[in-house]
Amino acid sequence: MDGEVKTVSADNSERSELIPILQEVQETEGFLSEKSLEKISKSLNISQTEIYAVATFYSQFKFTPPARHKIKICLGTACHVKGGEKVLEAVKRTLKLENEDTTPDLEYSVERVACIGCCALAPCATIDDHVYAKLTPNKIQHIITEMEG
Amino acid sequence: MMNLDKLREQALQEWKEIKYPKIPIITVGSATCGRAAGALDVLSAIKTKLEENSIQARVFEVGCIGMCYGEVMIEVTLSSTPPILYHQVNTDIAQKIIEEHLLHNKILVNHVLGTRDHLKYEGINPFSEHPFFKNQVRIALRNCGIIDPENINHYLANEGYKGIEKALSLNPIEVIEEIKKSGLRGRGGGGFPTGTKWDFCYKSDSDKKYLICNADEGDPGAFMDRSLLEGDPHSVLEGMLIGAYAIGANEGYIYVRAEYPLAITRLKIAIKQMEEVGLLGDSILGSNFSFKVKIKEGAGAFVCGEETALIASIEGKRGMPRSRPPFPAEKGLWEKPTIINNVETLANVSAILIKDAEWYSSYGTDNSKGTKTFALAGKVNHTGLIEVPMGMTLNNIIFNIGGGIPHDKKFKAVQTGGPSGGCIPSTELDLPVDYDSLASVGSIMGSGGMVVMDEETCMVDIARYFLDFTQKESCGKCVPCRLGTKQLLLMLEKITQGKGEMQDLTLLYNLAEKVKSGSLCGLGQTAPNPILTTLKYFRDEYILHIQDKVCPAKVCKNLIYFKIDPDKCKACALCFKACPVNAIKGAVKQVHVIEQDKCIKCGVCLEVCPPKFNAVLKLSGEEEPKNE
Repeated sequence: MDGEVKTVSADNSERSELIPILQEVQETEGFLSEKSLEKISKSLNISQTEIYAVATFYSQFKFTPPARHKIKICLGTACHVKGGEKVLEAVKRTLKLENEDTTPDLEYSVERVACIGCCALAPCATIDDHVYAKLTPNKIQHIITEMEG
Repeated sequence: MMNLDKLREQALQEWKEIKYPKIPIITVGSATCGRAAGALDVLSAIKTKLEENSIQARVFEVGCIGMCYGEVMIEVTLSSTPPILYHQVNTDIAQKIIEEHLLHNKILVNHVLGTRDHLKYEGINPFSEHPFFKNQVRIALRNCGIIDPENINHYLANEGYKGIEKALSLNPIEVIEEIKKSGLRGRGGGGFPTGTKWDFCYKSDSDKKYLICNADEGDPGAFMDRSLLEGDPHSVLEGMLIGAYAIGANEGYIYVRAEYPLAITRLKIAIKQMEEVGLLGDSILGSNFSFKVKIKEGAGAFVCGEETALIASIEGKRGMPRSRPPFPAEKGLWEKPTIINNVETLANVSAILIKDAEWYSSYGTDNSKGTKTFALAGKVNHTGLIEVPMGMTLNNIIFNIGGGIPHDKKFKAVQTGGPSGGCIPSTELDLPVDYDSLASVGSIMGSGGMVVMDEETCMVDIARYFLDFTQKESCGKCVPCRLGTKQLLLMLEKITQGKGEMQDLTLLYNLAEKVKSGSLCGLGQTAPNPILTTLKYFRDEYILHIQDKVCPAKVCKNLIYFKIDPDKCKACALCFKACPVNAIKGAVKQVHVIEQDKCIKCGVCLEVCPPKFNAVLKLSGEEEPKNE
């Protein structure tokens, strides 16, 4: 946050602004860096520990730089029943990921999400905000291979 | 008091031009599910085609009509023909519809779902007679898929905001009485009578009160609230106005999942429109009632669907629940009396005030009045969003509206209520769906997820799946939930891996009961339900996993293997090429064989083997073939 932290004005310095501010910082910078947390702490007058405690509670917040393409595999009930787990495995296999969820070149990250609300088109996934419906391991493999060009 | 007569007059004029148009009207269903099926591509294909042929037409987006399996859906209205609804449209079909229907007045019968508004036309029946819609009663979803959710005039023209006009002509107690009389109960899962809840808050003496709309729809397998917010945000906002007036709140929040970007966008547009016409802000419609509303985006924590956790989250804290009492109606947001109502509840509130309590309570059963929306998904032909009167049987919902199970597979169970609910077996299919009946079989109504399972769904795996979810989402505050769900999960994992022992079943049951009775909030108290119901109705499946090391549904990876039937294999090399780990031996014209020690059981070979050959077998329990 190169000095241009959204200065928290007096009227929104309320505690309730903490999460929206974290969301905004993550939106613009992609993740919550230590430096950002330090600045937020100073401007809101809330300790860094406390901010960290709140931020780690919510799965939305990330503390490492994001990959260029974000793949989110839905594992809601409908997707699970229709084989979402296999789609996830296929993605990880294609990207040669094991325990980690981001490729070393920061090109792709894979995340399992609880439900994106497209249950009727299960199993589904999003890649950079585009929803892919009725996936199979083979289909997603092709989609990713094509993206990799 | 001011009213909306003048605005409504303009709105009705605008609506008339859509119903009886001079130029063609084309609507595209483009809620998230429609978009997933390609609605935006269809939309741009339509626009291109119109331009190419210099056709003047009005094109706009509508929400979801609920028939997700029929996406993408478009509707065409000409001055000479009634509205015709097309389904399963792609870009090619869309352009063909423009060509044939608009230019040559020829309806593409093959893609027609039906006509709108109960009109019959040239042998085409109204879509309302389609089995998917015939038994539905749409109250909360009254406008979804019909109006442009980004145009307040469309809502106004369809009786919108008549509810708040009526409410403001009554005093708050009369409004509360009307809701009490309607029998409306909370649609988020709890099922607490809405009017009674409001009454508590109304009676709490405070200078400041809050009304919160809970749109933190976190149940995996549920998308009612998303669809409603995307398709008709004004109906929910009107419900909020009515609720706020009744309890005496002048500030409100909508707590909505960040995973629902389109819903958030449409809410923001709706709020701005309301401000412009004086439906939000000071002295609403000239009365002494003032109300403003803010959107709070959830940050991804399932437990925040719980009232007190949600409040903590709005306050900027970790979203952890606290013990009740005091209930939020007495001490909620910033210690002030607060009412939290679910999205669907609020859409019903506006409907009740627009019509009346008596009409509403004419639907439903003795203790569950009105209608309920369900997200029908899983192994069912007609997946989608439905709304039915309370008391309809599961059988009717799954086999008539839902059209039964795909590929003639056998129905096994239906899961209601998400991770807090239970799995209901085929012997209970005549159960009328209402709060009490579902509770009597160990499940809950929940927010309305309804996931159908067939013979290929493993019930032990389903229990494991839900516990995996609740264990991850447990906030960690109370011990029974934090440690209990973890231990339950470990036991289920052991069983699905084929390492279970019979004594695990007793342990599982006992611990499940303890977690249920000892947890602080709804999450922990209901997390064992999927285990308890599967143990009760599908115990034989648990025993097969433990004693015979067999997964009858052929789901649990450790207990299955794949094999190519040499008599059926035509050596086409499709599976051979597709196998991600090169575990298939063979070549063109040489029958393929799976090398078991290399196989990772991903199932790709089964997926790519052409149905006419059907040579890949998935097996469990039979002796695994040795590598040849």
